[in-house]
Amino acid sequence: MIEIKNLAKNFPGREVLRDLSCRIEDGDTFSVIGPSGTGKSTFIKCIMRLLKPDSGRILVDGEDIAALDDEFEIARIRRNFGYLFQEGALFDSLTVFENISFGLRYLTDIPRSDYPRIVADKLALVGLEKVEHLKPAELSVGMKKRVALARAVAAGPKCILYDEPTTGLDPVTTEMVTDLIVSASEKLKVTSILVTHDVNLALRLSSQVAMLDKGVFAAVEPPDRFVKSENPAIKEFLEISGGANGCGGHGGRPGHAGHTGTGGRH
Amino acid sequence: MSDVKYPVCSRVGGYVLGIAGELGAAALMLKSTVFWAFKSRLEVRETMKQSVKIGVDSVGVTALTSFFTGMVLALQTGATSKNLFNEPLYIGTLVSFSMVKELGPVLTSIVVAGRAGAVVTAEIGTMRVTEQIDALYTLGTHPARYLLVPRYIAFLVTLPLLVVLANFIGTIGGFIIATTRLQVPSTVYWNDIFTFMDINDFMHGFLKTFAFAFMIATVSCHKGMTTRGGAEGVGKSTTEAVVTSMVLVMGIDYFISAVLVAVGI
Repeated sequence: MIEIKNLAKNFPGREVLRDLSCRIEDGDTFSVIGPSGTGKSTFIKCIMRLLKPDSGRILVDGEDIAALDDEFEIARIRRNFGYLFQEGALFDSLTVFENISFGLRYLTDIPRSDYPRIVADKLALVGLEKVEHLKPAELSVGMKKRVALARAVAAGPKCILYDEPTTGLDPVTTEMVTDLIVSASEKLKVTSILVTHDVNLALRLSSQVAMLDKGVFAAVEPPDRFVKSENPAIKEFLEISGGANGCGGHGGRPGHAGHTGTGGRH
Repeated sequence: MSDVKYPVCSRVGGYVLGIAGELGAAALMLKSTVFWAFKSRLEVRETMKQSVKIGVDSVGVTALTSFFTGMVLALQTGATSKNLFNEPLYIGTLVSFSMVKELGPVLTSIVVAGRAGAVVTAEIGTMRVTEQIDALYTLGTHPARYLLVPRYIAFLVTLPLLVVLANFIGTIGGFIIATTRLQVPSTVYWNDIFTFMDINDFMHGFLKTFAFAFMIATVSCHKGMTTRGGAEGVGKSTTEAVVTSMVLVMGIDYFISAVLVAVGI
């Protein structure tokens, strides 16, 4: 379980996160939505401890990781997480095989002889095969996202953090990535934390949706209640993003989620 | 109108603070690199890869530069010597001393800063702006361990070797001009070298190379790690890294030479 208490993070001259609190149960899919530049990525980077919060607590299974300073301790905590970056962040100089097995080498004690099997399994999970020898530059944008997801789950994390997983993708690839997130959550039984400005994606996948506005969560609700929120910031965001129409009442849990299409204005 | 009361002071202060910030960040990076160099197993494959990129790939341009430098040194010395003494004197001595003590280390360092230093900054800078550096953290390793330690080692091992090569090729370049254009007998050319040169002369240039390698590695890695702002930022960092490295090579060359001369090397 992940519990965030009064999380705050500032950058020089700019207050980004003011006072965030939420609770994410094991196996949940928790989405944070909001316009660009509101601090969504900062939020998950704090959870991954890529950024050190200025104040507040981040409890992962009861252990406060916000307070950790020791690099080895932070690395130990990071083993619990997989991270899908917005652009994939695959290592350009390494092949697909090396990219996916990278985390196995540093995060696990799995013998190297098992790497080919694990890499093939993870590639199958994201619907790819026989691409192990390719470099990222030889892959399409959609394939890169899939390889990045395979890399994020390779070491068997308990929680996967998705940073804008569908940004910049065409509708077909967006749909494919969305399905992958659902299938990864179901098959691997992991907790998922998703930050996105694609409200339909959030409503479709999540068990809880939080809207980040001016450094605080304007609401943390299940999708069916979220779309009925009277909060002006949420209403405006849903109106602009088209999420108010056709998204209400989709139970939220991966696997039970209804399809609402992707992005776009209605 | 600016609301700053003393704009010149403000600009100078800002500039000083900027330099202090850069030095502080570079020092922290260095601390982290030293920590991971001793605290973790060496990334052998990455170190070999970087040694090839930084060292082996610079052999051609280093050889060409030093070859022509040796040739032009012999040519100019021969011409001046003929004007003054009516015959070319001490060509081998001048070419070899110049190459071994100054031109070999400095020119090679400048070539490597321009070629390999730029590659290192651009590569790390691109990794920074495309979140690959953050990805390293998420996959259980530290950028200092995976990126910086191998590059420092590659610079520190390959630059001195390149300088030895440059010294040799420059001396050969001088030999070719001395024997073919200036009609200096080959035995005279080599005697001029071995009669006057001792191990201290070689060490004078060789020791400086380690300082240059360390400095180029620090500047290149630091500029890469602090890159901001997409492709434009990568270009800016790369230019800054090359210019800073070249100026620092020239600058610290004087001070190290002064120290080495003072201690008799």
